[in-house]
This record gives sequence, C-alpha cells and structure tokens, in this order.
Amino acid sequence: MKRNIPLIITFLVGITVIFSEFIPHYPFGMLSGELENWFLIISGFAILLGQLSLFKVNILKIKFKKENWQYSVITLISVVVMIGTGLLWGTKDNTGILGNGDQIIAVMGSKPFDYLFDNVYQHLQATMFSLLAFFIASAAYRAFIARTTESNLLLIAAILVMLGNTSLGSFLTSWIPEAISFLHLPKLAEFIMKYPTTAGQRAIMIGAGLGIIGSSLRIILGIERSYLGGK
Amino acid sequence: MAQKTIDRRWIFLLIFIGVALPLIFIIGLPIETTENVRMVYEMVENTPPGSTVLISYDFDPASRPELYPMGLALVEHCFQRDIKVIFTALWPMGVQMAEDVLDVMRQKFPNKEYGVDYVNVGFKAGGIVTVQAMGKNFREVYPSDMNGTPISEIPMLRGVKNFDNLAFLFSLSAGSPGIKEWVQIGHDTYGRPTSGGVTGVSAPSILPYVNEQQQLTGLLAGLKAAAEYEFLMDSPGLATSGMDAQSIAHLIIIIFIIIANVNYWRANKAEKGGK
Amino acid sequence: MRKFLIFLFLFSAVLWAQNLDFTAEDNPNDDGSAILLKWNAAEIGAATLRITKLEENGDTTLVYLSSDVIGQYILGDGIQPKVPANFRLQALDVTGNILAEKEVTAVAKAQWFNTNKISLLIMAIILTAAIVYYIFSARSGKELYIRKIAGLESIDESVGRATEMGRPILFIPGTLDLDDMQTISGLSILSKLAQRAAEYEARLIVPVCRSMVLSTAKEVVKEAYLRAGRPDAYDPDAVFYLTDDQFGFVAGVDGIIVREKPAANFFLGAFYAESLILAETGFASGSIQTAGTAMPSQLPFFVVACDYTLIGEELFAASAYLSKEPHQLGSLKGQDLGKAIFLVVLTLGIFLEIIGVHFLKDFLTIH
Repeated sequence: MKRNIPLIITFLVGITVIFSEFIPHYPFGMLSGELENWFLIISGFAILLGQLSLFKVNILKIKFKKENWQYSVITLISVVVMIGTGLLWGTKDNTGILGNGDQIIAVMGSKPFDYLFDNVYQHLQATMFSLLAFFIASAAYRAFIARTTESNLLLIAAILVMLGNTSLGSFLTSWIPEAISFLHLPKLAEFIMKYPTTAGQRAIMIGAGLGIIGSSLRIILGIERSYLGGK
Repeated sequence: MAQKTIDRRWIFLLIFIGVALPLIFIIGLPIETTENVRMVYEMVENTPPGSTVLISYDFDPASRPELYPMGLALVEHCFQRDIKVIFTALWPMGVQMAEDVLDVMRQKFPNKEYGVDYVNVGFKAGGIVTVQAMGKNFREVYPSDMNGTPISEIPMLRGVKNFDNLAFLFSLSAGSPGIKEWVQIGHDTYGRPTSGGVTGVSAPSILPYVNEQQQLTGLLAGLKAAAEYEFLMDSPGLATSGMDAQSIAHLIIIIFIIIANVNYWRANKAEKGGK
Repeated sequence: MRKFLIFLFLFSAVLWAQNLDFTAEDNPNDDGSAILLKWNAAEIGAATLRITKLEENGDTTLVYLSSDVIGQYILGDGIQPKVPANFRLQALDVTGNILAEKEVTAVAKAQWFNTNKISLLIMAIILTAAIVYYIFSARSGKELYIRKIAGLESIDESVGRATEMGRPILFIPGTLDLDDMQTISGLSILSKLAQRAAEYEARLIVPVCRSMVLSTAKEVVKEAYLRAGRPDAYDPDAVFYLTDDQFGFVAGVDGIIVREKPAANFFLGAFYAESLILAETGFASGSIQTAGTAMPSQLPFFVVACDYTLIGEELFAASAYLSKEPHQLGSLKGQDLGKAIFLVVLTLGIFLEIIGVHFLKDFLTIH
C-alpha cells in the first residue's frame, strides 16, 4: 500500500498532463497548469527541509568536533548573517523588521544584506565561475593530442574554433580577400559550430529526447520505481 | 617512456597573466561580425518603434562578465529605437542584473520614463511553468511590478495581455531555467520571435535552435558576440575591452596544446627508437 | 451648396466604410478565452487603427492601437467561453479624425483537441505503442540483446576500489530539481550504487543542491541499505543539502573532494558550467570518475576529465540496464524502434525538401 499510492498518483498525474497537452478544453487545459502550481508550492515548502539538513549536519560536525569542523562554523555564520541582515533591515526596496536601517546605510552606503551581496557574494560567484578558464586550459592540454585520425580532426577543429572566437582570429585572416571570405577564421569557426557541431548535438538531443520519453513511460506505467526507493 | 607533462599550476599561472594583463593594457584587436549576431541586431532594427519587447535576465553574478555586456548593448539598442522593454527574471539574482543595466541606461537615456518606456516586473519562481503561464496571461503571473505597482496602473503595459502583444522575447541565459524554456513556450507554443544570449560554454547546446524554423532568431554566444553587437551598434563597451583578454587566453591554450603534442610526439619517437 | 457638401462627405464616408474589413472570430485551439481580431484598412489610408471592446453596460475598453493597416490581434483578456463579445474598429487619420468604423460580434469557444499538435500526437502514439509493445513482449519471455555500457559496468569496480582504499564514494545527482528527468535517472542509479556500497561496506557521500532531491535521495539510499540487509549501516547524514546556488554548491563539493579524497566520484544528472570544475577537481584528487548527462554542451568536459561517460540516452537507459528486468529492457528496445522511425522520417524529410516538397516539414512543424 505504501508503494501503491504513489504509483497510482504518478500514473494519474502523468496521464492527465499528457492529455492536457492536446486538450485545451476546461478542465484539462487548466489542470496541467494547476498541477505545475502545486509543484511550485511543494518545492517552496521543501526549502525548509534543505535548511534543516544544512543546520543539522553542520551542528553535529561542530558538536562532535569532527575533522574540519571549523568550516562548518563558517558555513553556519554565513547562513545566519545573510538571513539575519535580510530579515532585520530588508533588501533593496523591501523593508525589514527593524526598518530600512538608515544609519547603517549612511555608513555602509547600502543595506547590510545588499552590501554583502554586492561586495562578497557576487565576487565569490564570479571567482568560482572563472575557475573554469583555468580548468579548460588544463583539460585542453590533456585532451587535444594528435593520436589518431579522429583526434587530429578534433584538434584542428578546436584550434580553428578557439582562434575564430577571438579578435585574434579576425586579425590573423583579415587580409584574405572578400571573394574567399569563407576562409576568415571567425567564419570558419561559425561554420564548424553551426553545421558539424550542431549535427552532433542534435543527434545527442534526439537520443536524449527518446530516452526521456522511455523513462517517463516506465515511470508512469509503474515499471521503473527505483526513484521511490524500490527495486 | 612516459609522456612529459607540465605541472598544471604553470598553466594556471600563465592563463592568469594572459587574462589580467590585456585587461590593464588594452590592445584593441579588430572584430568581425557573424551571422547569428547580425540576425539579433536586425531583429531589433526591424522592430517598429513603440513596440513592446520582453527581456528576461536569467543569470546570476557568476555569468555576469559574459552576459551583462550583452544586456547593456541590447537594451541600449532597444532604447535608441524607442522600443519599450519589459524586464523580467527567471533567476532570483537576475533582477539585480537587470537593475544594474537600468542604472547605466538611466544615465544614458535620462528622458526614458519608468512605466512608459520600460518596466521591471521582477523575478518569478517556477521556470517553464511561469513562462507558460505568462504566455497565457501575463497579468496573472505579474499582477504588479517589482515595486508593487499594479500592472493596470503602468501605462506601457495597457493592452499587454500575453506574448501576442510582444514584438519579441529575449533571454540572457546562463542555464536552466532560461533560453530553452523561452524557445519551447515563447516560440514553439506561442509563435513569438525569440532570441537570446548565452555563455560561450553553453553555446553548442543552444545553437541547434537557430534553424530553418527560426526557433531562435540568431543567438549571442559568449563575450565575442557581445563585442560584435557593440561593433554593429558602433558603440564599443565592456565586451570589446574584454575581447583582448579572451584572445590572449585562447592563444595561451593553443600554445599549451602545441607543447602537449610536441611532448607526445617526442615521447612516441623515443619509444619507437628504444624498440 | 452646404447641404450638398455634407451629403458628399457622408456618402464618401459610407463608401470608405465599406472598404474597411474587420472580422472577429474564435481563436482556434484554445480553452475559449481568446478572440482573434483581423483587419484590413489598406484602401482607407488610415494612420491609426483603434479597436475597442463594447461592454454590456455601455462602456468601451481600449483593446489595441495599431499603425499597421493590415494586421491581426489575439485578445485574451476578459473573454469568457460562450459569451458574445462586441468590438469596434475605428480608422483614424493623422489628426485623430474618424475616417471609418465597423462593429462586429464574436463568441469564443473551447476546443476539445488542439489541431496544431496533431503531428506531435501521431509521433507520441507511435513511440508509446512501440515502447509498450516491447515492454509486454519482453514480459512474455522474449530474449533481448543490450550492448554493454562501460560506465555502468564500472560501478562494481568503483565500489570495490573504495572498499579497498577505505575511502568514500561521492555521488552527485546533478544540479537540477526533481522535475528534470536526468535527476530521476541519477537517483535510479544511486539506488543501485547505494545497495552495492551497503554490501561492500563502502561509505557513501551524497551532497545535493535541491531540497526535494534531498528527501528523495535519502529515501532511495535508505531503501537500498534495507534491500542489502544492512539497515544498521545506513547513515542518515550521508545524504545532505548544501545550497541551491550553483557555484556555492560547486565550492562545497570541491571542498569535499579535496578533503575527503573519494576513491570514486559519480556525476550523474543535469549539469551546467559546474561540470568541468567538479570533474577536474576529481581528476586532480585521483578519483575514478563516472559521469553522465544529457546536457550536450557539458559532455565534452566530462569525456575529457572522467574515466567513463554516459552520453545522453545512456543515462536514461541506466536504470533499465542495471535492473536487468526484461520489461525495463523492453522499453529500451522500443526507444530504438523510435529512433529508427526518426531516421526514416528525417531522411525522407531531407529528400522531400531537396526536391521542393514541403508538406512533411509543414506537417511536423508545431504552429
């Protein structure tokens, strides 16, 4: 019973959503949107679960002085400070419990939450994303080795696209006459991205699309139930 | 004999120098425009003045270096052509990104009036569900703008009921929810011209949507596209200055690829010689 | 003379009015909440066209102002199914004088089928039929061949390695929520992996970045330990939430990889720009890595930095592949038939387009 009820719900909801895709008439057209709203409401409440887990795991680490427990202290302080400043003095045009904190704004230039957001959070985010540039360089160093015919092709395409996507590409081939302008590096790069790459991507997307349909059907029909913890 | 490898920290150091120096000492390398960028530019050019468009800021500070310059250039172009803009965001932090663009635009276009020429309706959670609902009834999703002003009191939104009343939809997207949702609903379901800007790294997965059916009317992919857009507008800005750094970084990567291949080739030769 | 001029003006106005084409009809393929208004005022020479809705109480509401003399507008505001709505189109000159006007009435109706999606329905029926057919034929005991997927065969190797080294296994079910099928597929693989980890007594770490995924992943791991007969070994804190923030999550996971040095990393689900940051950190820490995603732009990164990569559909096939249950494998066979149908339609489409016949493309386009 414990497992059958979720399976029945999944089946009914799945079928309803499929029908509502093709039937605009009331109530089908409306049902799909309504179910999507339910998902939003449930995911809103679920945020609380996540926060509880975060606090529980980190508090336990600190309590039992597990290895690297100091990081947990920093995590909890960060969470509490951000939530606290947001609640007490609000964000941007929203007022907090203690009002707008005009005196703090006079000193810091903005509300505490906004100050931390603009000066700490944004930069931390950009730092993490910019790591990608370093990792792409080291991954490219390992990956683009001319071992076989296929890897040679990959290597040539990679270099053409890399150069074509920079001003350097334009600079290097700007002397090529207009009559054979397709040899300009940016145009070659665009060609590679637009045709061979897109063709490969589409093949993967069609395969993945079919995979999604197959998996969805298995779930709707109750054949696939491992996401429920079943076999 | 094993292939000689370089400690990856050397690669990291050189990339750091290669990116940092051109940002300080601008070289000013030339820019050539590509078709996808021209398509976006022409879409805006062909939009009649007075039309209303929607630009969704679906990114956060992490992707700001690539997407923010696109946002700046696009909004500037719209404002130059007297196109009214609805700003929205499928990412919570997108609202802030849109506000940052608007701060710059307020300086550049002091005559543009909030509520008449542009409006920021803010963030709405829900991704594709929200886009779907917006397509059906914009007012149900956004009964008020981000300052709490009811939609009915905003002059430029009178008569804007759903996507049919918008000249085009544009998503500056760093992931999900983002450009795919706008294509699937905005174009595929409601048939509105849809376009967008994405980070260079996610461009290959979005490019298939620039096709015969014009699921996407052009695409701005990465900083290069932003620089091309600035070039087309004849208004060099943030992206143009960032292109030098990107060019040098790419060059360093290519040099390392060459070094790796030379190492591999030498190791191979030595192995064969050893036999 | 004056009377004659007035007559002439009114007569010409009537003549012009006859040239003003304005229709209102039910907007097709919807739930009866919209009216399609079309106009053609090309012969009048109007500067602006003003459409108003005439309310029952005598009020008028401005619907649309247009400078296009030929156009259409879908009104979806304040329209009820089966309730007549009256509209007036006024053609105005540059100074705002009314050159001509026309009133029309329309009733919106809800449709029982969206004819725009007929091609989608046909494709869906064919695919569903193929998959369901193979599921049932597999149930009846028909032998099905499925090729080896190295990434999934590596699960035992990874768990064994983790046990030998006494180091944990890290599993990330992507960075999207439960409404993404890739996350569900990731969790299905987690179920099998957790069971194997329980059997081998290897430690499992599952950081997640969505609250709903947290509760589901916990349930999945708990059930897997029960199935393995090791409920006592289940650690409820092995599955934990970090943050919803994309790069905050990456920072957290990278920290775990650097500190814990897992013997094996599994990245199975939907990933964005974080894919390479995670995989490169894992590579640097010497872990054996298996990744899988249907995000085409992230696949190259995983291929470079991981030992095994499940490409697109392989991720969705994983659950069926690992379960070895015939009816699950049958659905994969159905998918393959679907792929064959796509190839035929695709080839036919290319051929027809080359010879200038566009009916197949038009039929398959969802308007």
